[in-house]
Amino acid sequence: MSVRDALNTALAEEMDKDDDVFIMGEEVAQYNGAYKVTRGLLDRFGERRVIDTPITEMGFTGICVGAALAGLKPVCEFMTFNFAMQSIDQIINSGAKTYYMSGGTQVCNVTFRGPNGAAAGVGAQHSQDYSAWYGSIPGLKVVSPYSSEDCKGLLKAAIRDPNVTIFLENEMLYNETFPMSEEAMSTDFVIPFGQAKIERPGSDITIVAHSRNVEFSLKAAEILKEKYNVEAEVINLRTIKPLDVPSIVKSVKKTNRLVSVESGFPAFGVGSEICAQIMESEAFDALDAPVERVTGAEVPTPYAKELEDFAFPTPEIIVRACKKALYMEE
Amino acid sequence: MNVLIRLTKSTLAYPGAEKSLITPQLVFNDPTTLPVISTFRILSPTGALVDNNHSLTITSEKIVDLYKHMVTLHTLDTIMYDAQRQGRLSFYMTSSGEEAVSVASGAILEKHDQIFAQYREQGAFLARGLSVQDIMNQLYANSNDHGKGRNMPIHHVNKAINLHPISSPLATQIPHAVGAAYALKLTKPNQACSICYVGEGACSEGDFHAGLNIAATRECPVIFFVRNNGYAISTASKEQYKGDGIASRGPGYGIVTIRIDGNDLLAVYEATKAARDLAVKENRPVLIEAMTYRRSHHSTSDDSFAYRSKHEVDAWKRHDNPISRIRKYMQRPDINIWSDELEEKFRKATKKDILKCLQIAERTKKPPLSEIFTDVYFDNGGKELQPHLKEQKEELDEILAQYRSWYHLEDYKA
Ligand SMILES: Cc1ncc(C[n+]2csc(CCOP(=O)(O)OP(=O)(O)O)c2C)c(N)n1
Ligand SMILES: [Mg+2]
Repeated sequence: MSVRDALNTALAEEMDKDDDVFIMGEEVAQYNGAYKVTRGLLDRFGERRVIDTPITEMGFTGICVGAALAGLKPVCEFMTFNFAMQSIDQIINSGAKTYYMSGGTQVCNVTFRGPNGAAAGVGAQHSQDYSAWYGSIPGLKVVSPYSSEDCKGLLKAAIRDPNVTIFLENEMLYNETFPMSEEAMSTDFVIPFGQAKIERPGSDITIVAHSRNVEFSLKAAEILKEKYNVEAEVINLRTIKPLDVPSIVKSVKKTNRLVSVESGFPAFGVGSEICAQIMESEAFDALDAPVERVTGAEVPTPYAKELEDFAFPTPEIIVRACKKALYMEE
Repeated sequence: MNVLIRLTKSTLAYPGAEKSLITPQLVFNDPTTLPVISTFRILSPTGALVDNNHSLTITSEKIVDLYKHMVTLHTLDTIMYDAQRQGRLSFYMTSSGEEAVSVASGAILEKHDQIFAQYREQGAFLARGLSVQDIMNQLYANSNDHGKGRNMPIHHVNKAINLHPISSPLATQIPHAVGAAYALKLTKPNQACSICYVGEGACSEGDFHAGLNIAATRECPVIFFVRNNGYAISTASKEQYKGDGIASRGPGYGIVTIRIDGNDLLAVYEATKAARDLAVKENRPVLIEAMTYRRSHHSTSDDSFAYRSKHEVDAWKRHDNPISRIRKYMQRPDINIWSDELEEKFRKATKKDILKCLQIAERTKKPPLSEIFTDVYFDNGGKELQPHLKEQKEELDEILAQYRSWYHLEDYKA
């Protein structure tokens, strides 16, 4: 099943199950979504629940937050999270904080979803990875799925979760297909937040990644095995907030080495947070080498393919970081 | 009975609407009863003037000049659309159907005027003096691109014509244009204005409100040039707003406003020119709503037949094309400033020139790799890299030195 179909199925199942769930965003109805994630939903659920909006992210984000405050469960699609910058005040000052500020009386169940991070050749203003931004806000839950199974189980969990959830998809993964377990095909399938998944067990080094970088990390693990007989353990974070620190700690205690991989900028990033958390945990004593971070380059992403190629992690760069953490000669 | 009482000096006037008269009638202002704003047109689709006594400020030479820009733009669009389909370019946006809008409005601008564009305005850039080669270099993100290969195709920037970088997040250019206009008012009073191009769809963003309101209250010399082409990707304008287009909003902000026929080169030219006068001489912001039709798909990533009929598009192609409209006028026996022979010759030469520019742009080397790290901060006049950028650069240099053969370094300018 493709990632796109998995997301579509999750939306359809939750809308079927609960009449309070509706989807709103630019081009989600008539056009089936900018990336066709909402394909067929208008025909199936009608205009009342699949709503095209004028071009006003600040406006429809506010409307979704308002509808959630009134008890509905909106799913708000951004064409890309880069455009959610227009509505950041609604997401954070209104969405994330109202439950707390209302003295625990005013729940806000809204799911913000859409592609996040780099696609290919779309320049600085379409390529940013916002995991770390949202990951730093109390009141938000932040999901960054990798596979089709992740997408289905986690999106359903996000819609059911009574909080504000930021669901960060990746445009380059929409077309990719993954096998689905029988369990995952069920309409009851949900993946709880805060539980990372070991995508590949290994004993020599731990690679922690999320979203598309899980794929690159798995490729890096293959290269490490083939060329250097190194067994890397690859952990798919699945959620950025809550962050499954215990799983990373457990793995590091086994492998004694850690590399984090993300497409976000290095400063104050997901990798920085992982380093800090590991430093503060019992895994610190288990480390045989400093933690290595693989991140996007700290420049606004350039457009020209020949420049962009140098701005994001690749399997080769991950291998290089692993070799460094393994003290292997270049 | 319609009693209106003017507040006299002895009564107090509410400060929020000092000139409002008092009425005993409970009447709502119902927009459905207001007259629909008319559309200013000089030249009909047939090539005849709507009013034969209309006095034009535009010269015959200028008309021919602008016509040539329109044909150049259209030829460029056709070639680049195909180039994208052939995979020679990642992305492109045409201005099909909107050639008059951008070319004629750009043509009235002067040296210090600042341009804040959305993306479908390559015609204005041509009219301001950007060359086809400049455009090509941007599209191919090569080392001669003024944006150093950092921006998506169509996201032009050019200091020489005061074209500010096109910003992907919609409508952000509106407040920017107002800010720049305010700066012009302070630094070059009554000499220059800024022009802000924006689509009718982007006018739904909050920035539209913020920009117009501040422009009016601060009396900024800015022209808000709205291209109303009927669509915002798949969203038809009737789903974008409920009022009388975008023009109806102008008076609400206290902004002088006009709706014009965007397929009429003469109307766009004369109206934008008059608007510039109001902005520059009187520091009054002006709103222009140019009505037109987006004949092409939104971009090369779009297939518009998923949401509109081919029949609808064909009707516009056949019955009202801004290029053929002005050509009909130019070739009228009584005007006679253009001919079939000139047309053929010009089209042929233009196509050849554009293809040549394309080849040059394709063959030009990519920007130097070291430029990935420059211009993030303007430290020491932009000459000095911050330590963390320097560190990244050194790491890259190391990798490149070590794995030279893996990278096609010959493709980049040294
Ligand atoms: C903030 C933001 N939201 C959404 C988009 C995606 N988007 C790009 S162009 C476009 C349509 C704009 O339509 P309009 O303003 O009418 O201009 P036109 O394309 O018709 O020239 C949309 C929704 C964007 N670039 N920025
Ligand atoms: Mg439009």
